[in-house]
Amino acid sequence: MNATLACVLALAAGTYVFRLAGPALHGRVELPARVQELLTVGATVLLVALLATGAFTEGQGFAGWARPAGVLVGGVLAWCRAPFAVVVVGAAGATALLRLAGVH
Amino acid sequence: MDEGSRPGLVRLAHLPPGVLRDIALVWLADAVVGVSFGAIAVAGGLPVWVPVLMSLLVYAGSAQFSAVGILTAGGGPVAAAATGLLLNSRTAAFSLALADDLGRSWTARLIGAHLITDETAAFVLAQNGGKQRKAAFWISGIGLFVAWNLSVLAGALAGSALGDTDRFGLDAAFPAVLLALVLPALRADSAARRASAAGAVIAVVAAPLLPAGVPVLLALLGLLAARRGPRHPRRPRRPRRPRRPRTDRTDRTDRTDHTTAPGSAS
Repeated sequence: MNATLACVLALAAGTYVFRLAGPALHGRVELPARVQELLTVGATVLLVALLATGAFTEGQGFAGWARPAGVLVGGVLAWCRAPFAVVVVGAAGATALLRLAGVH
Repeated sequence: MDEGSRPGLVRLAHLPPGVLRDIALVWLADAVVGVSFGAIAVAGGLPVWVPVLMSLLVYAGSAQFSAVGILTAGGGPVAAAATGLLLNSRTAAFSLALADDLGRSWTARLIGAHLITDETAAFVLAQNGGKQRKAAFWISGIGLFVAWNLSVLAGALAGSALGDTDRFGLDAAFPAVLLALVLPALRADSAARRASAAGAVIAVVAAPLLPAGVPVLLALLGLLAARRGPRHPRRPRRPRRPRRPRTDRTDRTDRTDHTTAPGSAS
């Protein structure tokens, strides 16, 4: 079998197993309320960590100033309860403008 | 329980006003990312079927980007699969958090599992109540799957015609989307705020030092920060037992027996 195909299939199979963990265990294991609450907070923690690393890093290095500045603009807009479209366009637009101005 | 017992009862009307528009915007934002993914993969020298098949079967943006990045950089298929799996291990945590929201039938669970992504998790967590959560999951999940796969196909076919997508600032859009999605949960819950702040610092500091995927998982250590604070009122304390006579304690601390190894005394 083609090595690239094997890579795609292994990645797909493993990812599906991760995703099935919750629904498969559901109903068989009764999780205590405390643990369920911890899982919900844990999911939020993962999302925030993902957005923070996504904003600041590129590979193993710093992503430059334009991207986190754009994300910050989006965050401020979201904090002021701006519509979602404004948040997205604001973040991308601010980053694009900064890059156009020579900030990277 | 009630609405989950009968499958196929997800209705658009179950979503609070405005949520569908937000969901549609995420479809659009991810479609743009999908186009760039397809284009990057093909521009990097991979045949069209690799990004397309990967998007259908793996269906996880960041893992796909890293796997393709490693494949096109000559890092080898084993490293590409391992890095992607490491990145996707977080979906296990999401799937545990979302298990209630897919529905109860096995068909719903088996299909729904594949649709669990960062975005669907964020949308579900932003809703209150079983019906809204279930509707948010299925509507955002199915639409995202369609949008992602069509856009990746389009990007792969368009190839490298797009050029450098960073020019449009799109790399800032995805973190901003996630930020907007988690903000309601962060506003409502001080424990989540503390845990997330600690986790984000841990992840960003660890990012240059550790392989991709590990820093985000390490952020779960931030949960330790959530355990302190006023959010979980403790049960009323039982009246303490009367303390032991003080002489007893001083007796122990004053012990000067150096012959026992450290740690073995207790």
